Amino acid sequence: MRVNKPGSSWDLRWRQLWEYRELVYFLTWRDIKVRYKQTILGAAWAIVQPVFTALILSLFLGKLAKVPSDGMPYPVFAYTAMVPWQLFSQALTEASNSLVANERLITKVYFPRMAIPLSAVLAALVEFAIAFLVLVPFLAYYRIVPKATAITALFIGLLAVVVAFGVGLWLSALNVQYRDVRYTLSFIIQLWFLASPVAYPASVVPHRWRVWYGLNPMVGIIEGFRWAMLGIGHPPWRLVLASVASTAVILIGGLFYFQRMEDSFADLM
Amino acid sequence: MGAVAIHCEGISKRYRLGERQRYRALRDAVSEAVSAPFRRMRSALRGQGTEHHRGPEYLWALRDVSLEVRHGEVLGIIGRNGAGKSTLLKILSWITRPTAGRAEIYGRTGSLLEVGTGFHPELTGRENIYLNGAILGMTRCEIERKFDEIVEFSECERFLDTPVKHFSSGMQMRLAFAVAAHLETEILLVDEVLAVGDAPFQEKCLAKARKAAHAGRTVLFVSHNLLAVNTHCSRAICLHEGKVVSEGPSQQVTSRYVRNWITRLTEIEYPDLSRAPGNERFRLRRACVRPLNGTPDDQITVRTPIVVEFEYQKLADEDSLELVVDLLDQHGVHILETWWPADRPVPSGVSRSWFVVPGDLLNAGPHRVRFFGALAACGLPTLEDLLVFDVQDSADLRNLYHGDWPGAVRPNIEWKTEQLGPLSPGDDSLRS
Repeated sequence: MRVNKPGSSWDLRWRQLWEYRELVYFLTWRDIKVRYKQTILGAAWAIVQPVFTALILSLFLGKLAKVPSDGMPYPVFAYTAMVPWQLFSQALTEASNSLVANERLITKVYFPRMAIPLSAVLAALVEFAIAFLVLVPFLAYYRIVPKATAITALFIGLLAVVVAFGVGLWLSALNVQYRDVRYTLSFIIQLWFLASPVAYPASVVPHRWRVWYGLNPMVGIIEGFRWAMLGIGHPPWRLVLASVASTAVILIGGLFYFQRMEDSFADLM
Repeated sequence: MGAVAIHCEGISKRYRLGERQRYRALRDAVSEAVSAPFRRMRSALRGQGTEHHRGPEYLWALRDVSLEVRHGEVLGIIGRNGAGKSTLLKILSWITRPTAGRAEIYGRTGSLLEVGTGFHPELTGRENIYLNGAILGMTRCEIERKFDEIVEFSECERFLDTPVKHFSSGMQMRLAFAVAAHLETEILLVDEVLAVGDAPFQEKCLAKARKAAHAGRTVLFVSHNLLAVNTHCSRAICLHEGKVVSEGPSQQVTSRYVRNWITRLTEIEYPDLSRAPGNERFRLRRACVRPLNGTPDDQITVRTPIVVEFEYQKLADEDSLELVVDLLDQHGVHILETWWPADRPVPSGVSRSWFVVPGDLLNAGPHRVRFFGALAACGLPTLEDLLVFDVQDSADLRNLYHGDWPGAVRPNIEWKTEQLGPLSPGDDSLRS
């Protein structure tokens, strides 16, 4: 028996999300299939964006502005960071717009609404995989062979997905009510990019600010990813732990906010 | 008749007016937050409550609806547009939550509020079957098991691997319906989706629906098509302004609905002439639509000749008067236009003008009357939906066909067949 009454039950949501896992699978599959339809470059877009961003960064920041790169060749330094960053920004963009883009589904069929941002985030993993596969020959060109620590890079990549999901829960739910989110999103991502150590190393941030800096979960993720792939210097455990902690806060907050708003989505669309 | 399948108790649903039409921009919330304290202060100074005067306006889509449906029952839900039918289905299917009350649903439920929800134009027919099935709540095994049956039902085998954006709209509908028709949940909530495709396909869908009903499934069926409700549902409820106004055997409920609710706009009177439509030199007093030899309360069928009449007051003899009336059907199709010509004089004082729309002309369904005209070559305000009347279907011409009768008009057209000669002996050309 199911009861529909005002208010909602928290533990029911989880059971339902599990029951609807096949739908999550199909929605993810749809998002992946549809993404590059009617494009010339197709899945190559997954590489074009991070590669060209890394190129521009290398030219202007690495070569001309002489931004330090922790002793790495700057292109290696930048592209390695672009891989998890691209995953994050792609997943966040897709997740934030996902509910509004699936308005028809939400107003006509019932399923746990979380399936939509979840599948949007999961679909971004495909591009991550492609960009990651390109990273290996790229490093080989610079005569860098990933060590066993590279396995951790995959877990750190997953962490980026979780951050994107957590923030995406907030933004997608807000987006249903306030379409301002759509316009703010690219701005948020731009600021976030500058506040994360993609184009510069975290080591340029003075020590006394490091704690606050580490609250940005992408700091630990990018530094951790770079360390895992390139295997130089000390593992940035403290930054990664800080990142896990702030991710947990964002995610739990997002889950609560989302489930509180979930019931009104169909009415607000 | 089995155990309880659906049990609703005092369900109410309130929408904030405007909420469904337009999303809020953050600036609205900000400006509200900024202005609210001032407003509250102002009304406090005036000694008024805040809630009643400037609070948001609400609309009750459903009010205290209680309902019980047993397993194996096919229940029809009828009512005018905006009566709350779709909201009720949305609550039963969990899409939205009631503001008050509770709905208990016993058994796996599928809802078809729209055909082809989630169809993606870029995906192929095959891919869309899987996607749409999953969205409707089928498991992958279930879809795989029924896949061939769905394809066969849809009559789209040849295009299975073509993106559906290249399908004709009819084919898309057929494919979508084929998936929906194979949704085999114990409880099925259907919102007027039966009317798709051409006549043979409709017949196939109806056969499928009948089979489902015989198989002991519970079906809730929202429809404007009273004939379909009468044919398929044993019991019906009628909603009006969010409340259940009648409940019982379908025939009884539908005929009461026709008498009470649809015909409400068949007559309109303006007792206060100064506020009646028109201008200082012309006022409309009354308008009505009725069957010839009947009153505005009587039923109009596709066979009835219909009178449309207007009573009005005119100030001056010398003003020329032109009255123009448009008849539109439920889809907004302009059926006909007719007018009282300006060169025929109308004396001052109170007059009545009318015309007769012959029987066997209009198709079944709601029709709307638009009224406008000119006084002394100066346009009178256009009155959209001045009258709304429903033309009832009449069973006597239909034989076995129960679907929608296509076409904007439905004249009674007679067919003739005559034999031109017998087969000549030994003529085998018809064989082989």
